[in-house]
Amino acid sequence: MNRRVLIGIFDNEDAILDVTDAARRRGLKIVDVFAPYAVHGLDRAMGLQRSKLPWVCFLLGLTGAAFKVWFEYWTTASDWPINVGGKPWNSLPAFVPITFEVMVLFAGISTVLAFFGMSRLWPGRKPMLLDARVTNDRFALVLEEDNAAFDVEEVERFLRDHHALRVEEREQEAAR
Amino acid sequence: MAEVCSPLRIPLIAGHKKAATVTEDVCRPMLRPPSGLWWAGFTLAFSLMLLGVAAVSYQIATGVGTWGLNTTVGWAFDITNFVFWVGIGHAGTLISAILFLFRQKWRTSVNRSAEAMTLFAVMCAGIFPVIHTGRPWLAYWLFPYPNFRGPLWINFRSPLAWDCFAISTYFLISATFWYVGLIPDLATIRDRLAGESARPTLRQRLFAVFSLGWSGSYRVWHHYEVLYLLLAGLATPLVISVHTIVSWDFATAVIPGWHATIFPPYFVAGAIFSGIGMVLTLMIVARKVMNLEDYITLRHVDAMCKLLLLTSSIVALAYGTEFFTAFYSGNPYEQFVFRNRALGPFAWAYWIMVSCNVLAPQLLWFRGVRRRIGIVFALSLLINVGMWFERFVIIVTSLHRDFLPSSWASYRPTIVEVSTLAGSFGLFFTCFLIFCRILPVIAMGEVKAVLHVGQASRPVQETTV
Repeated sequence: MNRRVLIGIFDNEDAILDVTDAARRRGLKIVDVFAPYAVHGLDRAMGLQRSKLPWVCFLLGLTGAAFKVWFEYWTTASDWPINVGGKPWNSLPAFVPITFEVMVLFAGISTVLAFFGMSRLWPGRKPMLLDARVTNDRFALVLEEDNAAFDVEEVERFLRDHHALRVEEREQEAAR
Repeated sequence: MAEVCSPLRIPLIAGHKKAATVTEDVCRPMLRPPSGLWWAGFTLAFSLMLLGVAAVSYQIATGVGTWGLNTTVGWAFDITNFVFWVGIGHAGTLISAILFLFRQKWRTSVNRSAEAMTLFAVMCAGIFPVIHTGRPWLAYWLFPYPNFRGPLWINFRSPLAWDCFAISTYFLISATFWYVGLIPDLATIRDRLAGESARPTLRQRLFAVFSLGWSGSYRVWHHYEVLYLLLAGLATPLVISVHTIVSWDFATAVIPGWHATIFPPYFVAGAIFSGIGMVLTLMIVARKVMNLEDYITLRHVDAMCKLLLLTSSIVALAYGTEFFTAFYSGNPYEQFVFRNRALGPFAWAYWIMVSCNVLAPQLLWFRGVRRRIGIVFALSLLINVGMWFERFVIIVTSLHRDFLPSSWASYRPTIVEVSTLAGSFGLFFTCFLIFCRILPVIAMGEVKAVLHVGQASRPVQETTV
C-alpha cells in the first residue's frame, strides 16, 4: 500500500532539531528524519524509544562466555584430560582469559549483525534517498499524511516557517 | 536549541568548514590520480614488502636454522617484532574506543586512520608467531578444532593459547569497529560518485555494495549510535586484555627479568606509547601530503604529545620499578639480570631504549616543542626505535645469560631476520598507502558533527538548493 508523505529539506542541524521537535508536539506523524551525521538530541526530538541493542550485546556476550567455559572444561577435564605440570584438570582461573576474549567476540559480532538486521542494511540494498545531498550536508524531515484532516498547505507553511529550503509531496511505499 | 559557546574553546577544525566542504576536502585526494610522492612511497614500501616475502619464503623453505637463535636465546627477533607490532596497534583502539568513552571530541580527526593503522599493525604482528612456529603450514593447530588425533585439544592453560585467541579477537573486533564506522562515509562517497558516468564503474559498484544501502535515516542512526558506544565499550577492555595477555607470555615463565607482576600495566602503557608515536609519524606526513592541516591541527598534535608524555612517564616508572623490585627482592638471579641489562653486553640496547623512551620525551613538557611539527616528528621516530628496543632488551637480555653460566650465549640477528622485519614495515606502509587512496582517511560523518565546537555559531550551509 502506498502512502503520501510531505518532505521538508533543511540545511542545518539546529533547524532540523527545532522542526522535528515542533512537528512531534503538533501531533504530526514523523515517518523518519534523514541526516548526514548523528545529530545530538534528534532521537529525543523524534520521540524514539531506547535502542534494544545493549540487551542483544549483553545476552550474546553471556552466551559466548558460558559456551566457552563449558567448552574449556569439557576439552580439558572431560574429553581428553592431559596432565600439564600437575595442574588440576579443571583449571578454572586459567580459563578466564579466553573466556573473556570469546565473550567480547560473541558480543561484538552479534551486536553488529543484530544492528544490520534491525536496520535492514545488507550488501547491495538500494538506498532510499530523498535527496542526493542527504548523505552530504542536507537534512530531511518526512511527515506522513496519515488522515483526511492533514492539511497539506498548513503543514507546508509550518515547514517553511521553520526554515525549510524546499517542501515536496511524494508517494511512497509504506513497507520499509 | 542554541548551545552556550565559550570563546575560550579552541575550534577542533580550523578554517570555518561547512559540512559540504568536509566531504569535498576528504574526497578530493581520493578521487584524483595519485601524486608522484605517493608513487615514490608506494614503490619503496612495496619493494620492502617483496624483500620480506623473499626472506620468509627462504626461511620456510630452508628451516629455522636461517635465524640467529640458539638453545639459550630461543626467542629474539620474531617475538620482538610481534610484540612491537601488536603494541603499535593499541593506539588505534585507544583513539577510537577509549577516547570515545572519555568524550574526547578531537579524536574524530584521527580515529579513522589510527584504526586502519591498528588493523595493518595486527596483520604484521600476526605473521611473526606464525613464522616462529617453525612449521607455519600447521599454524591452524593453534586453534581447537575437531581433529583425527583424538581429538587432541589445545592446552587452554597456556598463555600462548590465550594469545592466539586475544590477537584473533582483537583483529576481528577492530576490523568490525572500523567497518561500522566507515558505513556512513561509504554512503557519502557512493552518492558523490553517482551520476559521474552513464554505466556504474567498478568503484561505484563497490561503494554501493559496501555502504549496505545506507540512506541516513535517523531510525538507523539512532541504533548506530548505541552500537558504536557498545563496540567502544567492548574494545576498551579488549585492548587492555590483549597486551596483558602478551605480557603473560613472558610473566608466567620463571625467567628472571620476565617473571614480574608489573608486566601487564607496563606492557599496556608501553603499547599505547609506541602506538601514539606511530600515529604521530603517520599523521604528520598525511596532513602535509594530503593537505589536511585544517583537520589535523596543532591542537591534535599537542593532545597526542601529552598522551606520549603520560605514557612515557608510566614506562619510565616501570623501568625504575623493575630495578627496585630486583634490588628489594634479595634474589641474586633477579639482581644479576638487571645489572647485566644495564651494564652487560647488551647495555647499548638498554641505553638506546632509555634515551628514546624516557629522556627524549621529556622535551614534550614544553609547549613550544609540542607545537613544532619537525621536532615532534623526530621524537615520534625516536620513540618507535626506542620501543622496538624495549622489547628486544626484555627478551634477549633476560635470556642470554640464564641460571647456568655454561650455557651463556649471545645473539646476533641474521640477514634473513632483518629482512623479515623490513618486510613487515613494507607490508604496513603498503597497506596504509593503499588505504589513503581508496578510503576516506577522515571520518567525515564524525567530523561534521563537531564542526561547531569552538565556533561562535553552528555552521549554516549555503542556501542554494
